[in-house]
Order: sequence, then structure tokens, then C-alpha cells
Amino acid sequence: MKKTYKIEVDCANCANKMELAAQKTEGVKSATVNFMTLKMAVEFEDGADASAVMKQVLKNCKKVEDDCEIYL
Amino acid sequence: MNRKQKKVLVRIILAAVLLVGVSLLPVEGWLRFALFMLPYLCIGYDILIKAGKGIIHLQPFDENFLMAVATVGAIVLGDYAEGTAVMLFYQIGELFQSYAVGKSRRSISELMDIRPDYANVADESGEYCQIDPDEVEVGTVILVKPGEKIPIDGVVTEGASTLNTGALTGESVPREVAVGDEVISGCVNLTGVLQIRTTKEFGESTVSKILDLVENASSKKSRSENFIAKFARYYTPAVCFGALALAVLPPLFQLTVMQSAPEWGDWIYRALTFLVISCPCALVISIPLSFFAGIGGAGRAGVLVKGSNYLETLAGVRLVAFDKTGTVTGGVFEVAKILPCEMEAEKLLEYAALAEQFSTHPISRSLCRAYGEAGCELDSERVSEVTEIGGHGVTAKVDLHAVAVGNLKLMERLGIHPAACDEPGAAVYVAVDGKFAGYVLITDRIKPTSAEAIADLRRIGVRKTVMLTGDARRVGEAVAGELGIDEVHYELLPEDKVQIVERLLAEKSPREKLAFVGDGINDAPVLSRADVGIAMGALGSDAAIEAADIVLMDDNPLKIAQAIRIARKCLRIVYQNIYFALGIKGLCLILGAFGIANMWFAIFADVGVMVLAVLNAIRALHVDGPLAKQR
Repeated sequence: MKKTYKIEVDCANCANKMELAAQKTEGVKSATVNFMTLKMAVEFEDGADASAVMKQVLKNCKKVEDDCEIYL
Repeated sequence: MNRKQKKVLVRIILAAVLLVGVSLLPVEGWLRFALFMLPYLCIGYDILIKAGKGIIHLQPFDENFLMAVATVGAIVLGDYAEGTAVMLFYQIGELFQSYAVGKSRRSISELMDIRPDYANVADESGEYCQIDPDEVEVGTVILVKPGEKIPIDGVVTEGASTLNTGALTGESVPREVAVGDEVISGCVNLTGVLQIRTTKEFGESTVSKILDLVENASSKKSRSENFIAKFARYYTPAVCFGALALAVLPPLFQLTVMQSAPEWGDWIYRALTFLVISCPCALVISIPLSFFAGIGGAGRAGVLVKGSNYLETLAGVRLVAFDKTGTVTGGVFEVAKILPCEMEAEKLLEYAALAEQFSTHPISRSLCRAYGEAGCELDSERVSEVTEIGGHGVTAKVDLHAVAVGNLKLMERLGIHPAACDEPGAAVYVAVDGKFAGYVLITDRIKPTSAEAIADLRRIGVRKTVMLTGDARRVGEAVAGELGIDEVHYELLPEDKVQIVERLLAEKSPREKLAFVGDGINDAPVLSRADVGIAMGALGSDAAIEAADIVLMDDNPLKIAQAIRIARKCLRIVYQNIYFALGIKGLCLILGAFGIANMWFAIFADVGVMVLAVLNAIRALHVDGPLAKQR
């Protein structure tokens, strides 16, 4: 399953960090963050609960970049 | 500017005024320090907080950390003015960057502003009201006034107008439409009121498909972007340790080996300069910005690119394979030549057209069209006893002459044995009163810009062009010959096309990329097999939009070379920025390590490189027209 979320982040490097943090989250198969369009595309593992995984993704992103937001 | 940016601007102005004021005051000691803290904290408090949070989250190595350490270090060394100024210029740079990014985001989304907000639908009383296009059912008649966007694909049932397809195709010449014409959503109605019967739901309409494609584009990143992301991940920690080494090792060396007094202050200052120079922002922002601007600029020219990786591949294209029908030819049959035996050419066409006038076969239609274009009208009174023989042709009585129009089989069936026509194309045999009268040659006409398009490709350095067609050998070779295509493969089934593309892929060197251009019908496997698949004339063809990596919105083959040039320009800018930023930074790092560059120099180098790289990146948004138009 693939979903795209709108995000808010100020710098390109922070977007890269968010991408890395999202990729490392359990239940996420792959993730790309596009700084220019402010979008995060997440592909979930089979059987993963998207909303629960995304909460964890947001938490992990906040850890690496305090000043970010994912609109779930 | 948004609120965040305005706030930063106010802080920058305030801090600058304070900094100048405090510098002029004749105070010394602790008071001087306290006074300098005013502008410093005013401009830098958020950076210090972010750096602190980074350390708490065990993610210390970022720009905030670099700046915090450099400025705090400078202040500890007593260089209050320098520390504050570095922070100030860093913030100016960040503000500029965020403004530039916001600006290009907006200008690109304006370019792609084709989303219709409403559809005019009549209610029970016959009054038109605006409703959400999502709620319009297939088959509803909608009203589109001049100046409005067509919200949903459909067929014109009333009215005539001209449409601006610019937002979709990049084409500035308006298109005429009248009753019975299919229209595509996303076009702007220019002159007349149109009533349109919708043939699709909004979600299935062209405009939705394109918006979906544009919004989900660039989820695939290019190699350069991945390189920079990875680079930044290792680079910042490396620089931090480099600075630490620069601060500690030389003084220790002086102390132990040279037995002289260590110059701690001097080396720490150099290390701090080192930190300021090394901020990676210029690279990290300008590379994705260049690709984004490149994709946006391509979109304006009617070239949709599905990700920055495809832009990168497109720039390296040296071999182009084409499908024939619909790509280099119009996919429409036309009378190419009339070869009469005894009568005049006009007379032969007249007989053929009159006999075929009731048939709906594409070849029959092309005969009638050619007759109409010659300024003559089809008179059904002159024709009687029309018999259509499936798979053969038509026999009829025209002006009391027995006319037979069809293929060779029809002639043989009537006991006539003409010599087979060996010209490329479909030959229509005409017999009058039981005697062979001549051929009418029908071909799929080559698009007027095809030859120019192939020449353009060669001009921009494409090494080899190949045409793949399911058509007969004669036709394929004739078209390839006329256009100057290097290699032609004919009588192919769709799976043969895949095999040939695979062979071409195997023969070329890995640095050279192969593009396949098709019209999307039956081409999906080949489009996905090539390094980069380009679908053209995609307006209305869903299969093409899905299978291809790059979509040319109109069916003009000149756009192929233009797309490659857009991609090359974008990549050129990307590499300029990489080399420029790394080069200047490397140079400054060396100068800084030897103590030649001070902190003022460092911050100007850092912000300056970033501003230049961002301005350079925005250049990718401006797209040159097709080569032919420039000459």
C-alpha cells in the first residue's frame, strides 16, 4: 500500500533526515520525502496499519528534526 | 513572504541596527559583552535552541550546530562583532533561500494551475449553477463560458469556440472546436459558449490524470539528489571532527614537538572559520531545486516528467527508437498519389470517391476527403447499385459506367488482372466498365515536423535513430528513408519490438541511454523496457500516461529534442552547482586552515555560494523553444 502525505519542513537537509527516519520506522517498506513539493510518499509493509505506522513515523521525524510536521 | 519569513526579516533588521549601534559605543569589559548579547540573541536564539535540541536527540551534526559552535566560539574568544555578524549573515542566507524556494514552488504550481473549481450544470428549472466537478455524472450536459476551464472530458453538443490548450500542451495556437468535436478537460474556452456532454467522470478525466501525475512526480529521486543527501550525511560530522583536529592538533604539535608556546586562540579561531565555511546548505538546497525547476519548466513546454531520475536519464540519451504510426506519421490515411492508366487523374479519383461515398472504411473516407479537398462535391444522385463486398471493396454504377473500387482480390474476382502496385502504401485499384483504370495510393502521412525532429535529434548529438513498425517493408523503408532514420525494423509484432529494444540496449555502452518514443497504443511493454519511455500525443490516452516515464502532451515530434535539451540544461545546472559549491568551499577550507581567510570571509563565501547556486538553479525553470523556432 502506498500513501502520500503533506509535510511541513523548512530546510532541504531536514527533509533528507525525515526521509531517513521514516525509512527506518518499522512497518515502512520505503519512503521518499520531496522537499520541493513538501510531500512524503510512504509505502507500507504488507499488513501494516498505516495510521499507527504513521504516528510512529511522525514521532521519529520529530526526533531528528524538531521543527517538522506531517499532516496525517 | 509568509509570517515566519517576515518575523525573521524583522529580527534581521533589528539585529543589524543593534549590532551597528553597539559596535559604535565606547564601552569595555562585561558591559560590552552584555550589550553584544542583545543583537546576538535576537538573531540567533532559535539556532541555539535547535542546536541544543539536536544534541539532546543525539543528532548533533547539522547546520545549526555548526553555526552555534562557530559563533559561541568566536564570542568566547572575544570576537563579539564577528560572532554576531556570522549569525546575522547566516540568517540572511537562510531567509533568501526560503524565499526563493517558496517563490519557485508558487510559480511552478501556477504553471500547473489547470484544476477546474466547478462545472456549470442546469438544475430542474433550467438555471445553471456551479457544482463540484466530482459530482457530475457521465452524460451530463455542462455549460462552459468563455474564460472558463473545461472541467471534464466530453463532446461538444452546442456552440463553437476556440480553446487554449496551452496549459496542457505548451502550444500557443488556439484550437477550433465545433459540434461533435471531443474536448479535453484543462483547456480554457476562449471565444464562444459551449455545451458539452461529458463522456468521463472527473476522476477519469485528462485533467485529473495529469494533476495526479504532476503531484506524484519526483517521488523518484535522481542519482545526483541521492548523492547529495548521502554526502551531507557524512560531510557535516567529518567537518566537525576536522575542525576539532584543526583546533587541537597544531597547538599540541607546537607544545610537544616544537617546544614553543601554543597559539590556542589562533588555531581555535581558524577551526571556527572552518566550521562556518563548511555549511552544506548551498548544495543541499540547490540540487533538488534545480530538478524541481527543470521539471516545472518542462511542464510549461508540455513535457511531463515523472521524476527527476528520468530527467537525468533523458539528458544522457544517445539512441532514440520510434514507433511509426501515430509518432512520426499522423495515424490518418490520406491519398498520396493517383496513378491512372488511361483517364485523367481527377476523373479516376472522382469515380473512386463517388463509388465509395457510402462506406465508412478509413480508406474510403480518405478517398472522399481527397475528392472534397479538390473542391468537388459528392453527388449521390450519380451513383446507383452500390454493393459492398467485405474484404474486397465496392462495386457501383456511376453515370452509367460500372465502377469497381477495391483491392487486388476484387479485381481478380471481376476477372481483371492488373500489375500489382509496388509503391509503398495501400493501393486502391479502380476498374471502369470491366477495364483496369488505375491505382489510388493511400498512405499514412508523415507529420510535417517529423523530418525536422529527426534532424534536431542529430543536431543535439543523438548517435542513432531507429524506427520500429508493424507495417510492411515497403512502407517502413520509404518512411525511414524520407526522414533520414538510420535503421528500420518492419513487420513487427509488439513482442518483436521488445526484443529489438533489448538488443539495442545490449549493444550500446552503459553510459549511453536509449529512449523509446511511442503513441502509447500497444507500446506499453516497450515503453517500460527502454531506459526512458516517452509517450506522445498523450491527451486522452490513459495507457500512455501510465506506462511512460515522460509524457509529451501534444503529438509534435519536435518536442522530443526539446525535452532532451531541457533535461541537459537542468543537468548542466546541477553539475555546475555541485562543482561550483564544492570547489569554492574546498578552496575556502584550505585558505581557512592556513589562516588566510577570516570569519568575515567565511560567512560571505558561504552565503554567497548559496545565493549564486539558488539563482543558478532557478534558471532551469526557463525553457528554450524548439530548435526550429529559434532559427
